[in-house]
Amino acid sequence: MLASLKSCAIYGLDSFLVDVEVDISSGLPAFDIVGLPDTAVKESRERVRAAIKNQNFDFPVKRITLNLAPADIKKEGPHFDLPIALGILAATEQIPAGALQGYSIVGELSLDGRVRPVNGVLPMVIEVKQKNLRGIVVPFENAEEGAVIKGIEVIGVKNLKEAVEFFKGEFKPENFKPKVQGPSLKDFEGDFSEVKGQEVLKRCLEIAAAGHHNVMMVGSPGSGKTMIARRIPTILPSMTFEESLELTKIYSIAGLLSGTASLIENRPFRAPHHSISAVGLVGGGRVPKPGEVSLAHHGVLFLDELPEFSREILELLRQPLEDGKITIARINATVTYPARFMLIGAMNPCPCGYFGDPFHECSCPPQKVHKYLSKISGPLLDRIDLQVEASPVTFSDFEKVDSTDSATIRKRVERARAIQLERYKGRNIFYNSQLTPAMMNTYCKLGKAEKLLMKEAFHRLKLSGRAYNRVLKVARTIADLDQSENIKERHLAEALQYRNLDRYFQNLRF
Amino acid sequence: MAELELLVALNMIPNVGAVRTRELLNYFQTYSHFMNATRTLLLEVPGINEKICDIIMEYKKRVNPFEEIKRAAKLGAKFLTLDDERYPRLLKEIYDPPPVLYVLGEVTVLNLEAVAIVGTRKPTSYGRKIAEQMARELAALEINVVSGMARGIDSIAHKGAIEAGGSTTAVLGCGIDIVYPPENYSLMAEIIKAGCVISSFPIGFRPLSSNFPARNRIISGLSMGTVVVEAAEKSGSLITADFALDQGREVFAVPGSIFSPYSRGTHKLIKQGAKLVENVNDILEELNLRKSAGVDMEKGSEITLEEMEVLNLIDYQPTNVEIIIQKTGKVPQEINAILTRLQLKDLIVSLPGGYVMRV
Repeated sequence: MLASLKSCAIYGLDSFLVDVEVDISSGLPAFDIVGLPDTAVKESRERVRAAIKNQNFDFPVKRITLNLAPADIKKEGPHFDLPIALGILAATEQIPAGALQGYSIVGELSLDGRVRPVNGVLPMVIEVKQKNLRGIVVPFENAEEGAVIKGIEVIGVKNLKEAVEFFKGEFKPENFKPKVQGPSLKDFEGDFSEVKGQEVLKRCLEIAAAGHHNVMMVGSPGSGKTMIARRIPTILPSMTFEESLELTKIYSIAGLLSGTASLIENRPFRAPHHSISAVGLVGGGRVPKPGEVSLAHHGVLFLDELPEFSREILELLRQPLEDGKITIARINATVTYPARFMLIGAMNPCPCGYFGDPFHECSCPPQKVHKYLSKISGPLLDRIDLQVEASPVTFSDFEKVDSTDSATIRKRVERARAIQLERYKGRNIFYNSQLTPAMMNTYCKLGKAEKLLMKEAFHRLKLSGRAYNRVLKVARTIADLDQSENIKERHLAEALQYRNLDRYFQNLRF
Repeated sequence: MAELELLVALNMIPNVGAVRTRELLNYFQTYSHFMNATRTLLLEVPGINEKICDIIMEYKKRVNPFEEIKRAAKLGAKFLTLDDERYPRLLKEIYDPPPVLYVLGEVTVLNLEAVAIVGTRKPTSYGRKIAEQMARELAALEINVVSGMARGIDSIAHKGAIEAGGSTTAVLGCGIDIVYPPENYSLMAEIIKAGCVISSFPIGFRPLSSNFPARNRIISGLSMGTVVVEAAEKSGSLITADFALDQGREVFAVPGSIFSPYSRGTHKLIKQGAKLVENVNDILEELNLRKSAGVDMEKGSEITLEEMEVLNLIDYQPTNVEIIIQKTGKVPQEINAILTRLQLKDLIVSLPGGYVMRV
């Protein structure tokens, strides 16, 4: 007997349909799986055999041949267990033939027949909907995740028996509702108002959030860089549904969706340690998985102690910083994951932390400082628009001072972003940080007084040519926060303050 | 008249410095005499003992002054010997003037009135500003700015003089073909254009730390006075100042904050009697140079009320920007814009660590 049904497999961030064909014929008992299965798929033979038996179905003592089509793409993961088991049951007529039509099935089986959760359900549901199938059978634990997509039946099953009963029409599946709460600031750790003092740093991060600029914070250890960085998601604008969906897909494939929410609605904050490997950062591996840059998609990638990261690792950031995505080429496949994150870096000015400090002598020899700072290559530095210093002073005196809270800042940021979206309609960019030099001629026009200030600043402050564009982009965002159509002198004057790292490099040059 | 070959050969032999060179020159006069000299003959020269004699005999076989002179010509370097009339007048006056100098660039600048500017390799913004300003003003008065092309104050002084269109001289602690520190590659080319780079070391000589006292002696010897801009407690600049004193030249020290570790060396000098300088006029006066620099910058020109309010909160010592924000009650964007304007008006400098300071 022959049975055929549909399942799904993951490729990169997307899913595609897989035909599972089961043929049972007489001969010596055997169970072969063909169609480029990997080890986890091959092992499903044993799980399927045990699960069918332990759920009191009959496992045929015949020659079973199983094909996963298309046969030229490698199939990975244990989520083919459930479709294989159902295929065998259909081929042996324990399920009415034809009942499986129109459904896609995924799920891992345990030996006793329970269905275990799997990764990547969300992209699978999206694919099934696009291919106009009626519905998808998923593990019970993944049903909420799948229910995010409207207009498609998502059936959550706890064990093989429930799945069989569903196809016999004897089991009515629960109606799942996605757990969607509006994004609320309560979900975040902390608030900007808790950070006393550090007004310059906070202002700088507000600009960064408004224009999606990358930031480098310089300061000695303990000056509160990490504390404030963790609070950046609280001032980022809320995500649109499309953004949420894209991010949730990434987390679904990475197997990082926690049981509490089926759709991620808070912008991610990722802070990998500097010992991270290249694969951990950009993704990859034998079975490609998204890395930290993709997990930080639409959110913040925070790299503490940036010069401690190896130079090769830092250079890997260049493609995602430029294109908002990362392409990983492996023997089996080339996959592309989205990675449009805001890079927030933190660093000491030198290994001992006191280089340039007016009150302490720096104990590092100049070559060592040079080596430390030169970890950050020019091309990387080029992509960091804002450089700001974390003040080493503790502000116990200012405990009573009121600071602006995250909600207020977030409102200003959202307003500035709306202005940018409107301005760049049809230009294929979204934020000021993406402006190319050619676009800057159009969008960052300067008046006479402003040009004079820039000329003066370049002469007096000895700015480099590439600093010019950075200052201009930042000034554009400051003007947007100010709801000013043109960049004014005061915007430029402020933007000129956020180039602290240039100063260190200048100090170093002599 | 000593032969150049002999001088160059002697210069390439270790442990034979200015004084022994002088004695050997007097004794042998020509290169061939020297090369043919036996041990007994060498030992007759004052200041040559057994040990030195061994070294000389050994090196006599190895050094090839003809080759060295060819290499120098290839680099475009000229030789200055003590009896050359272009040899720097001031340097000739010291106890142990180097018998031969390698020069890249314009030789005549070495006989201009000259002031040395030296200091730490890790200057603060304050020191950078002073070094640059003094070098500019001295250079504008056609005074040659002498320094050692090291990192920090030295390089800034050279750069300042070049930017002001004046002349400058770098004294190297290594062979003239070696750029040390290597990042000064382009600066060295600019110095050669604006003045000259000199060295008393043979071509290809590595920048060993033991070379630098000898180099410092030439820096101070070339100059009427030596200005120490910033120096930590133990600094090579203090050695240069000591040489200047030995050579009977003036020592100037720029004071700084008593909290700054980079001003401890200069304060020590002042305690020992170095002249405290605040501007170039202080130097000119002491050296009896009848020139006057336009020191007074037109400060306070066109300053707005709100700029004044912020300026009044900034000390002549590093002041934290956060404190200014708290005291004025203004938002950071306003303060940052005002700070940029004050900076452009040269009223304040911005320091690492989130500090600003009045100047």
